[in-house]
Amino acid sequence: MTLALKTTDLARTFDIGKRLFGPPRAQVHAVHPVSLDVQQGETLGIVGESGCGKSTLARMLVGLLPPTSGSIEIEGRALDRADPAAFGRLIQYVFQDPVSSLNPRKTIRQIMEAPLRQLHGLKGRALDDRIAELFDAVNLRPEFLSRYPHEFSGGQAQRIGIARALAASPRILILDEPVSALDVSVQAQVLNLLADLKSRLGLTYLFISHDLAVVEAVSDRIAVLYFGSVVETGPAESLFAAPRHPYTKLLAESAPVVGRPLGGAQSGELPDPLNPPPGCAFAGRCPRASDLCRSEVPHLRAVEGDQFAACHHPITD
Amino acid sequence: MKLFLRLLFRNRLAGFGAVVLGAIVVLAVLTPVLPLHAPNETNTANRFLRPFAEGHLLGTDHLGRDLLSRLMWGTRLSLAVGFAAALVAGLAGAAIGVIAGYFGGRTDNVTMRGVDMLMAFPYILLALAIVAVLGPGLLNALIAVAVVNIPFFARNIRGITVGIAHREFIDAARLAGMGHTRILLTEVVPNVVPVVVIAMSTTIGWMILETAGLSFLGLGSQPPQADLGSMLGEARSALITAPHTSIVPGVMILLIVMSVNLLGDGIRDALDPRLRSGALARPMAATRVERKTVPAPEGEGLLRIDGLETQFHIGARVYKAVNKVSLDLKPGECLGLIGESGSGKSVTALSVMGLVASPPGVITGGAVRLNGQDLIGAPYEVLRALRGRKVAYIFQDPLSTLHPLYRIGDQLIEAIRVHEPVSRAQAHERAIKLLEDVRIPNARARARAFPHELSGGMRQRVGIAMAMANDPDIIIADEPTTALDVTVQAQILALLDDLRRSRGLAILFITHDFGVVGQLCDRVAVMYGGRIVETGPTAEVLEAPAHPYTRRLIACVPELGGGRRVLAAIPGLPPAVDDLPQGCAFAPRCDKAQDACRKGEIALTGAARQVRCLYPEVAP
Amino acid sequence: MGGYILKRLLSAVPVLLGITVIVFLIMAMIPGDPATAILGSYATPENVERLNRHLGLDEPLWRQYFIWLGNLLQGDFGRSFALNRPVLDEILDRFSATLILAGTAFVLCSLLGILAGVVSAARQYGLADKAITFVVILGISVPSFFLGMMMILLFAVQLRWLPVSGMYSIWGGGDLPDLIRHLTMPAFALSVVATGVIARLSRGAMLEVLRQDFIRTARAKGVHERRVIWGHALRAAMVSIIPVLGIQAGFVLSGAVYIEMVFQWPGVGRMLVDAILKRDILLVQGGVVFVAACYVGFNIVVDVAQSWLDPRIRT
Repeated sequence: MTLALKTTDLARTFDIGKRLFGPPRAQVHAVHPVSLDVQQGETLGIVGESGCGKSTLARMLVGLLPPTSGSIEIEGRALDRADPAAFGRLIQYVFQDPVSSLNPRKTIRQIMEAPLRQLHGLKGRALDDRIAELFDAVNLRPEFLSRYPHEFSGGQAQRIGIARALAASPRILILDEPVSALDVSVQAQVLNLLADLKSRLGLTYLFISHDLAVVEAVSDRIAVLYFGSVVETGPAESLFAAPRHPYTKLLAESAPVVGRPLGGAQSGELPDPLNPPPGCAFAGRCPRASDLCRSEVPHLRAVEGDQFAACHHPITD
Repeated sequence: MKLFLRLLFRNRLAGFGAVVLGAIVVLAVLTPVLPLHAPNETNTANRFLRPFAEGHLLGTDHLGRDLLSRLMWGTRLSLAVGFAAALVAGLAGAAIGVIAGYFGGRTDNVTMRGVDMLMAFPYILLALAIVAVLGPGLLNALIAVAVVNIPFFARNIRGITVGIAHREFIDAARLAGMGHTRILLTEVVPNVVPVVVIAMSTTIGWMILETAGLSFLGLGSQPPQADLGSMLGEARSALITAPHTSIVPGVMILLIVMSVNLLGDGIRDALDPRLRSGALARPMAATRVERKTVPAPEGEGLLRIDGLETQFHIGARVYKAVNKVSLDLKPGECLGLIGESGSGKSVTALSVMGLVASPPGVITGGAVRLNGQDLIGAPYEVLRALRGRKVAYIFQDPLSTLHPLYRIGDQLIEAIRVHEPVSRAQAHERAIKLLEDVRIPNARARARAFPHELSGGMRQRVGIAMAMANDPDIIIADEPTTALDVTVQAQILALLDDLRRSRGLAILFITHDFGVVGQLCDRVAVMYGGRIVETGPTAEVLEAPAHPYTRRLIACVPELGGGRRVLAAIPGLPPAVDDLPQGCAFAPRCDKAQDACRKGEIALTGAARQVRCLYPEVAP
Repeated sequence: MGGYILKRLLSAVPVLLGITVIVFLIMAMIPGDPATAILGSYATPENVERLNRHLGLDEPLWRQYFIWLGNLLQGDFGRSFALNRPVLDEILDRFSATLILAGTAFVLCSLLGILAGVVSAARQYGLADKAITFVVILGISVPSFFLGMMMILLFAVQLRWLPVSGMYSIWGGGDLPDLIRHLTMPAFALSVVATGVIARLSRGAMLEVLRQDFIRTARAKGVHERRVIWGHALRAAMVSIIPVLGIQAGFVLSGAVYIEMVFQWPGVGRMLVDAILKRDILLVQGGVVFVAACYVGFNIVVDVAQSWLDPRIRT
């Protein structure tokens, strides 16, 4: 298998309290150095709660945000400069809010034409044919092309968003919470469409979501993010079934599941990003934490088979 | 465009403004060909003729010049100068604002500091200074007025542009390979234009006033040429002896500016999509009730909802958000109300205490009985006294539902003191006790915090504490954990469950999540298209759903631990409640639907388990 | 809070410097030679040159600026040649009159405007709302100088209730009732436009706030509707009303120029217009800098009020 996407120590720091001149007042590490490999044709799920840096990571991967350090390789080619146009032909992005990702003052045809003209220089017949083909692929009727975004429901708008991303003929799609704005009955439609497109077009997916069950249902492999770092990766079948990192375990136990009694009211919150703890970010909430955890940052290492955890005291059977 | 004109003239005042302004503009354009005296033709023998004098309809001024003629020529001048100034200021300001707002960073910082510097002058000082440099004259006055107004436009448009530049469709355009110039011109500018038009149309009147003002001071148009402002200025010395020379140009300015303002307001209303949908209406203290008959109570219960109908009347459309919904809640019971967005679950919950925003909401039928007392149509004071004391609410997003400017302790104290005449100090102690009860660490210090200083989970705990403040019998929780992360959600659900069991609270829990219902609720009611389609004990409904919608909705939701799989989707979309189909609302999406499903009213049948279906999955 | 005030005060320094630069540059661009203007067109070239040197006008521009700025900081605004007295003395005399007029009008328009706006929003589409909206449209459309003139015709000439014009200083022998009699018409005429603007804005801000979720929360708690409107909603609406009060203060100050002309009020606005027409540059320069500095100071007060009201912007 070949690697579709490889990041090496990709990190992003935000400056807080910018001044006109001179250094900023403080810095927040939104994403700590992250190294990920995604195989060709694989779906990598990325889960994490709000503030874990998953959107920042996604925006770096498509070139919307320049990384502070680290590098991105797509199919063996390095993409260092944050230039969405250079990234665009290889990697595309599907947004969380389908309606706000469509310009309200453009028709769907105009929206669809942009990537085809700009990235592939299509015009005339070829352009029309390609749009028809894309619309067919996402099961939308061609008469929708002359309408404006506000005339569509969330599910339809998300299909348009997917069609636009596919128009660039990318190898990889970054799906940033693509169904969390949709109702459950529509969610499943979009998820199945995505699965279908992937197998037909041989795409590679990065599927970002806060919904564990959805991620588990669509992914081959899953990476769990906490406070800007990957704390655990592993195959979808075993990650939540047998979590190795205590945070993954907490996540899995918190998900509401019919028939399971309500979990204990385990308290605890994210650390202050302006004043991060010295060791493991999860130590403050962790029942297994030791002095080592509070002083030294754990690094990702193999715990069992394909499962990696960044923990000094991983859960083993 | 047609829509725009229709909307514009729907506002009668704007139509009036358009007609008056139109007439004035036409007359001003035609002035050179109208049979008028020459405006500067002096005749000192006929000084200060009163209006309706022979040959001079509006009389003459201090040099015997014909006032009507001077008025028309002055109007021409004033209109032209006002429009020109608005155009120059609007375009220059918009250009600055769009560039600063789109590029942000240092460009923005430097530009906006310059703008702020200009805004640090009261505008007339700057205008006076500019006229002082350029010398008095109408063109110079125009330049001064335009320059002085550029900062206002720049600021306004910059704010709008910043909002647009952070929208996702701009990112999408960048990913589609567009460059900055193309994005600015094709993505940003079309969205800014309506705002620029609104800003210009609402400030033209002001520009006309300002240029007239400079002329009035003698700094604008110079004699013998006169715009309306300088006509007034010249007439001022004869104000008492010949008031008509002042009144004539003054009234004209008033007419022009007023019609421009009325028209400008109309344009703003027609272009603002929020006003178009009537969304800017203010919700009243309690939902409007238009109920013809009061249904008889169908049984006992702490809270009984019988045949509730709540609708939204928007323009000519009627959205039947809640359609003959009946529910009952026993003391200490937790009832889950589940459905997708638009199913009417939240509106049902808000109708109980008359909290549905009205306009556009109207309760058109049914009854809500609390211990037998009907709350629909109850006087405001009765409703108010029960709100928070007997029935308390917990809402979805704790950041927007707590007042951002009051300390959380004060918000709790208020909740206590509206219903109980206790001293502030006593209420304060109770507030801290409440914060401790919802397990907020360090409650005494946290009471002084503002909502934005707390995390989402802590804020929702405050929301729960506030609901508990008066020891209510019932808590209505409207998706209280939807905005929270899953680990925090688990904490909040556990807390609610504890409180409920220790205090014997009844909870009406609104959610879209079967997992949550399964963990928390004794009974569940499923809503679809504004109606209850199935109710029953939670375990039974989840295990063997009777309505096809319930069954397929449960199948849609992946459950953790199931591994990778294909999901069972429901084709189609939930129905629009302003255009419900005949018969069962789910029939168009249902694979078991027969002809009988598509006509007539389908009743909710059964006893402990009820289902609204002709061909249920299991017998209720 | 104290830190915020200090920060805000410090941030005013560059603004004030910027103002002096802008004013200085504008005045330096004025065509013509001040010395000729002072001495008249029959002056001999030697006299003109001597006066230029005396005024420092033969120095390079940037040095002139720093000399002028240094003098300003020491309270030396120069001497008005037309009035033949120190500029600062003249400004202080005149500014107190303007302050009485504009201050009264500002208080009037803030109170009336917010009151009208809140009532209008609370009774949206009701009779009170319609009446207020109509009056407001009329108010923002009438030129204040025209309104002033019409008031003179009606109240002074026809009804003889109030004096036509002029003002007696309470410090210069007049008493308070007399001041009020002279102040009533000009202050009212001056406040009308700003009242209209503030009322419109307050109505809009209130309507925006009343739709917010936290209003629904207050109602769900059982808070009285009166308190919902005048407490919860108005407080939140003030966050967007206060900055507009700051801007409107500038407009009131600006409008005072017209009103002072109409009512012969001995204020700084009339002084400036006369000075411009007479090309009395030092007086214009000094007057503009002084008034702008006061306005900057006022805006600091507005910002501090805003931060007191809204804890979210204090950091």
